[in-house]
Amino acid sequence: MKVVRVLVLVVGFCCAAVPLAWMALSSIKDRADTIHAHPKVLPVPGTPAGDDSIAFAPTLSSWAELAEVHAGAQASFWSHLGNSVIIGILSTLCSVALGTACAYGFSRFRVPGASDWLFFVLSTRFMPPLAVVVPVLLMYRELDLQGTHLGLVLLYTVFNLSLSVWLMKGFLDEIPRAFEEAALVDGYTRMQAFVRVVLPEARTGMAVTAVFCLISAWNEYGFAMTLNSSDAVTVPAYFAGLAGNIEGMPWPQVAAGALVFVAPIVVFTVLVRRHLLRGMTFGTIKQ
Amino acid sequence: MTERALELAGVSKRFGSVEALVGVDLALDAGEFLVVLGPTGAGKTTLLRTIAGLEVPDAGNVRLFGRDAELIAPAQRDVALVFQNFSLYPSSTVRENLAFPLRAPSRRLSAAEIDERVQWAARLLHVERLLDRPAKKLSGGEMQRVAIGRAIVRKPKLFLMDEPLNNLDAKLREELRVELRELARELRTPVVWVTHDQAEALTMADRVALFVAGRVVQTGTPEAVYARPVSPLAARLLGTPPMNVIAVRRVDGAWTTDAGHALARAASVAPERATLGIRPEHVRLEGGAAEAVVLVVEDWGPERVLLARLGTLELHVLAPRDCALRAGDRFRPALDERRIVLWDPAPR
Repeated sequence: MKVVRVLVLVVGFCCAAVPLAWMALSSIKDRADTIHAHPKVLPVPGTPAGDDSIAFAPTLSSWAELAEVHAGAQASFWSHLGNSVIIGILSTLCSVALGTACAYGFSRFRVPGASDWLFFVLSTRFMPPLAVVVPVLLMYRELDLQGTHLGLVLLYTVFNLSLSVWLMKGFLDEIPRAFEEAALVDGYTRMQAFVRVVLPEARTGMAVTAVFCLISAWNEYGFAMTLNSSDAVTVPAYFAGLAGNIEGMPWPQVAAGALVFVAPIVVFTVLVRRHLLRGMTFGTIKQ
Repeated sequence: MTERALELAGVSKRFGSVEALVGVDLALDAGEFLVVLGPTGAGKTTLLRTIAGLEVPDAGNVRLFGRDAELIAPAQRDVALVFQNFSLYPSSTVRENLAFPLRAPSRRLSAAEIDERVQWAARLLHVERLLDRPAKKLSGGEMQRVAIGRAIVRKPKLFLMDEPLNNLDAKLREELRVELRELARELRTPVVWVTHDQAEALTMADRVALFVAGRVVQTGTPEAVYARPVSPLAARLLGTPPMNVIAVRRVDGAWTTDAGHALARAASVAPERATLGIRPEHVRLEGGAAEAVVLVVEDWGPERVLLARLGTLELHVLAPRDCALRAGDRFRPALDERRIVLWDPAPR
């Protein structure tokens, strides 16, 4: 039994780790080595170029080139990462804040037709988002939101709102009403009770919700690609844009950039993993 | 004339099809200890929540210290509510829990004042050594003390207690009952204490209000309510073993059961039919006209409780400890006529 468990874990770990390891290897290769007919897996300093063995000469040049502007792009990787950070963080903050406020209302007050409203909120997830890309594009053109940070922040906030409302409602329902009622009788206003009593108790839920919102905003590709040509291009769209490059895809730089790009999500998830585990069973099973 | 601490007039509240409060009239004098006694689900909690302002009554009027409470927000009512199922914020320490009501922005107390009050409350409730312990690490009894501490710490004008001793073991209940009664007297603050435990009602109350299905059935001193319940319903709420309630007819100047057993003399002006109530301790073991059979003898320590059958009816009798009657024995129960309570006959 224990052997099976270890085996499953090892296989699972490899499935998750091999692509990352391959990216890490690619990021220290020369471009020619990344598309070499023989897979190169062993970094050996001093290996001659064009060698047919599995060895390759490691180089850090691709990491340095992350700061350079490639042919076919208008800014360096770092400035695109900046776009991703701004858009990801702002939209996550907005989604979690609005979702918490909205869920609190549904959780604590008698809203006429509450279940219908909640279903409507959820139903905005039923359609694949890309189905509305053209109308959104037309609207954004009209409103001059095309190619702006604000445009993507708004869009991602709206997409994540349904998830955020539903998750937060699950969490807030778990916090006893008596917590706030005691505060109300003790001399706090409803708003003060919310800030002093409910929010601290809801931290777990907000952290979990934030992870999910951040991941989906961070990785979004379709809209980032369509609504943007220059100013607010996020990393996924930037990488895709390099594909049509006259010099060919700069694989080592893409690998290095992708590693940098996944790092914040990994760090964030590790930071809140304690909440995440609890939150998965706690927010979702109940619904 | 002193001002009433609390006055409820015709207060009604319904949740969907459930009538939680039905035209409740209730008054509380300054410094008075009122126990609202009623079975689970009678609407007692709703009553307290309405007084605290957490529920808005559908009809009727709540007055707090002479002011119409309708327009006073819960935070401004200056009442303290000890909840039945919530006691403390689990992730905070005892000290933080006690200080929480004092830290309300509207109160504007200095840190030193807050500290002083917390110490005072902790001393009163004997929880000083627990101050820095997280609330979730307290025992049930400690938690309940701290919950009550949360209520007294801000010296409110009125205490509302919702079965505060509910989840405690019997010994601790008894202890806290005495302590809290003393405390209320010391603080001279009026209390509305809700419970389904009649021992609390009898031992603590200045006045008892019997509360059933959203209605106040009877109010009065514990002695008065115990001695002269206004209806069989009120009789059943108070007293263990329960009051004997017997349907009787007046036959030849005597109250007689349906089966024809004469129980006690009836005044000549009395009606033809009545419902007769008699406490188990007011039934003597001999001297009666009719014969009864002992069914069960329960040993209650200081005394024994007999369940006997007289014709078709069952009778509870409180007997002294040295009573020699055993199950199957026969005796002639006699009712103490001065203690008999008569009500209108039950409709048939």
